[in-house]
Amino acid sequence: MKTIENVSFHVSRRGFLHGALASGVFVLSARLIPQPLWAAEAEAAAPPFQPSLWMSIASDGTVTIVAHRSEMGCGSRTALPLVVADELDADWSKVKIDQATGDPKYGDQDTDGSHSVRSSFDLMRQVGATGRVMLISAAAAQWNVSPKECTTESHFVVHRASGRKVGYGEVAAAAAKLPVPKKEDVPLKSRSQWRYIGKESNSLFDLPEMVTGKTIFGMDATMPGMVYASVEHPPVLGQKIKSYDDKAALKVPGVQKTLTIDTFKPPHQFQPLGGVAVIADNTWAAFRGRKSLKVEWDSSPHSEYNSAPFRKTLEATSRKPGKIVRNLGDVDAEFAKGGKIIEAEYYTPHLAHVSMEPPVAVAEYRDGKVLAWAPTQNPQAVQETIASVLGIKKEDVTCHVTLLGGGFGRKSKPDQVAEAAVLSKQLGKPVKVVWTREDDIHCDFFHSVAAMYMKAAIGADGKPTAWLQRTVYPPIGSTFDASATYALDEMGLGWNNLPFDIPNHRAENGPADYHVRIGWLRSVANIYHAFAIHSFADELAHNANRDSVQYLLDLIGPPRIVPLEYKEEDADEKQRYPLDTARWRRVVEIAAEKSGWGKRPMGKGRGMGIAAHRSFLTYVATVVEVEVDSKGQVHIPGVWTALDAGTVVSPDNVRNQFEGAAVFGTSLALFGEITATNGAIDQSNFNNYQLARMNRAPRHVDVQIVKSEAPPAGVGEPGVPPFAPALYNAVFAATGKRVRELPLSKTKLV
Amino acid sequence: MIQFKVNGQEKTFGGDPEMPLLWYLRDVAELTGTKFGCGMALCGACTVHQNGAAIRSCTTAMSEIGGTEITTIEGIAPMHPVQKAWMEIRVPQCGYCQTGQIMQAIAFLKDNKNPSDQDIDTAMSGNLCRCGTYQRIRAAIHQAAKHQATTHPTMKHPATKHPTTKHQAAKETA
Repeated sequence: MKTIENVSFHVSRRGFLHGALASGVFVLSARLIPQPLWAAEAEAAAPPFQPSLWMSIASDGTVTIVAHRSEMGCGSRTALPLVVADELDADWSKVKIDQATGDPKYGDQDTDGSHSVRSSFDLMRQVGATGRVMLISAAAAQWNVSPKECTTESHFVVHRASGRKVGYGEVAAAAAKLPVPKKEDVPLKSRSQWRYIGKESNSLFDLPEMVTGKTIFGMDATMPGMVYASVEHPPVLGQKIKSYDDKAALKVPGVQKTLTIDTFKPPHQFQPLGGVAVIADNTWAAFRGRKSLKVEWDSSPHSEYNSAPFRKTLEATSRKPGKIVRNLGDVDAEFAKGGKIIEAEYYTPHLAHVSMEPPVAVAEYRDGKVLAWAPTQNPQAVQETIASVLGIKKEDVTCHVTLLGGGFGRKSKPDQVAEAAVLSKQLGKPVKVVWTREDDIHCDFFHSVAAMYMKAAIGADGKPTAWLQRTVYPPIGSTFDASATYALDEMGLGWNNLPFDIPNHRAENGPADYHVRIGWLRSVANIYHAFAIHSFADELAHNANRDSVQYLLDLIGPPRIVPLEYKEEDADEKQRYPLDTARWRRVVEIAAEKSGWGKRPMGKGRGMGIAAHRSFLTYVATVVEVEVDSKGQVHIPGVWTALDAGTVVSPDNVRNQFEGAAVFGTSLALFGEITATNGAIDQSNFNNYQLARMNRAPRHVDVQIVKSEAPPAGVGEPGVPPFAPALYNAVFAATGKRVRELPLSKTKLV
Repeated sequence: MIQFKVNGQEKTFGGDPEMPLLWYLRDVAELTGTKFGCGMALCGACTVHQNGAAIRSCTTAMSEIGGTEITTIEGIAPMHPVQKAWMEIRVPQCGYCQTGQIMQAIAFLKDNKNPSDQDIDTAMSGNLCRCGTYQRIRAAIHQAAKHQATTHPTMKHPATKHPTTKHQAAKETA
């Protein structure tokens, strides 16, 4: 967690002129012709008022706010500047957003973990409020009155006593000459004074360009003189080229040449996979040329990876004791008492991200430096990866961030940007690397395959007296350390922080080897953890002949703060975001009430299910209603989600995120499955890796946001985890069939 | 040479006749509002209009467009009632698929002025949105239908519901 103090806030104006000037170079709403890296920046005639790295005001009143987080559809590029504008008391129509390049001066820029707003909310308030104080001081000095007699009103400083007012632009130059006040001299607005934070009227900054096709995604970025490349990657992770024949490829009109990219040395991290690149005049010629390539690959230690036997291995491991990651009481003693025991096993397959925009990037290498434009969630990872692969300094890699056509975690990994840089170095000109959908699916950093084993001892009241949960999956850590087999870093994703009110409770993690690249996908391990926990909870409810909602509330237990183990770096989280079961109970109650739980007759083939999961510090409960037709096809007439994410900046966007999470959840629950045969991925495009289309998506998604003054929590991911178990629990209610593996399409319901 | 129109402008193309229209639009004509998503007509991100009908430009070869009129999102005069509705309902998240969704919706609403949910689902299920904005897309199409009805009353259909309009139109023609 970052605080104001450890982010460089008090910086010299001069040092950060670059940020302000960049807005003239990078205008997201115009066709992009990036300036070459070495083009001298014109000196600004009149430096704008720029009290910090993050914000500047020009003499015409234009406020430029730096967005240091990437926009992949979650709204952080809008939300954080809104917070600045609010405390600045700025008129939003006079705000421009300058997308930051990758640079540690902005702190962590990795747009992941649903933490853009929660990590930067306080800082952005401070940025805006500091500007406001300085503008007031400048105006007060001009009027020869005390700053205390002045206030602000939407882009004006006002002195009510004399009826005077002056626009921000008019006092910007004078404000620029003032010292930046200390944090304790900068008052923040009270909540009732907020004009943007929490308001229904907020909409995405880029919305007008989005509906007119003027936005620039990575797919749309160009550089003068660039060529296009399509890369034939090894089908199995770690394979190297044995030989290749490009004669036919070179005959394709528009194909210029072929080049090779070295296969990474383990661990693979975000390095290029290696392969043969076809360089061409346009994207189509590169694609066509690639189809005519003949490549032979050598062997790989992962060539024996087959999904069906691997599943058996994972399941066998899940039945053996693993490393203990949370332990209360003594589950073994309770199991040994000889009472009623219930066991169940759950399985979830690999998933692919499939952002609508496949991986793509344009990069130019020249004189030991790289300039890249990419749809990346993490421009600093672009710098580090390219620097490492090319053996240059990361400061010599400039990464501009375009809009992202979806990310979902895939675009935190910049292997395709590194490919463009590697090829540009060989060619001596800018290269645009465009992945096909097949490349995207074959060469993903996959959501992990997982097996979970659950066991409970049931007391006389039907509630568990002991609960054992064991999870096994190839860890994300294997991407960074080839010997990693335990996922201890992922236990906080809904496994070691399950606060059920059960006296004997043990959570474990077993080891697993990786054979494909493993990465984080929207809500990450929470998906399989929540699937096992909330499917099992529902099984226990039915076993006890109890209503699922009431049983879940009993499991959560009375309102209380649950003590949890925290890592040292999460001290801020521990203090500001205690696990509060009152908030968890509340979302369950709201979702149940809004869905009409237990009050509407369901009829044949219909049913409702519930699950409630806390992830990324947000409490979410979801009720799914299903209708299973005579052919066994599942329809979803309604979804009711209630969430408590603390303070919310843009409520309509938050609803959009949770509506989308229900669709994302439908895709993974009904269809999502990636498998491997002899190390190669079997799926290739949307015909065999299906997503929920409009006719299979939930017909209606109702999202209720609990009003809260708690610190902001995550909104991009937390809607996903409860969806699949709620859906499966509804399928059980509708059909009496308890399905314990994802996706549902593998099970015949009728 | 293949001759055709893009957004009202005469164009010729002498390159690879197998090149999909999508890549001509993006790489040659530099009209990047039309997006690449799958290359197999499975996702609809590349939707444009050929003589007013929605087509998938990723599987339409340049050899198939001679003598026809292509319209891309850049050729839709903003704010079209569909774009206006998309703004009002605040449909997009990442925005990448939305130009294809809008082109599909515009062509659909020409043929169906007052669609049901079922009609919309049928017409729009070829367009994927990974962010999952389908509920808002459906709402925006209903809203756009209302906008079109009020913006262009004479175009409202069926004629039997508006005998006066029909009568006036007939008189004007005479």
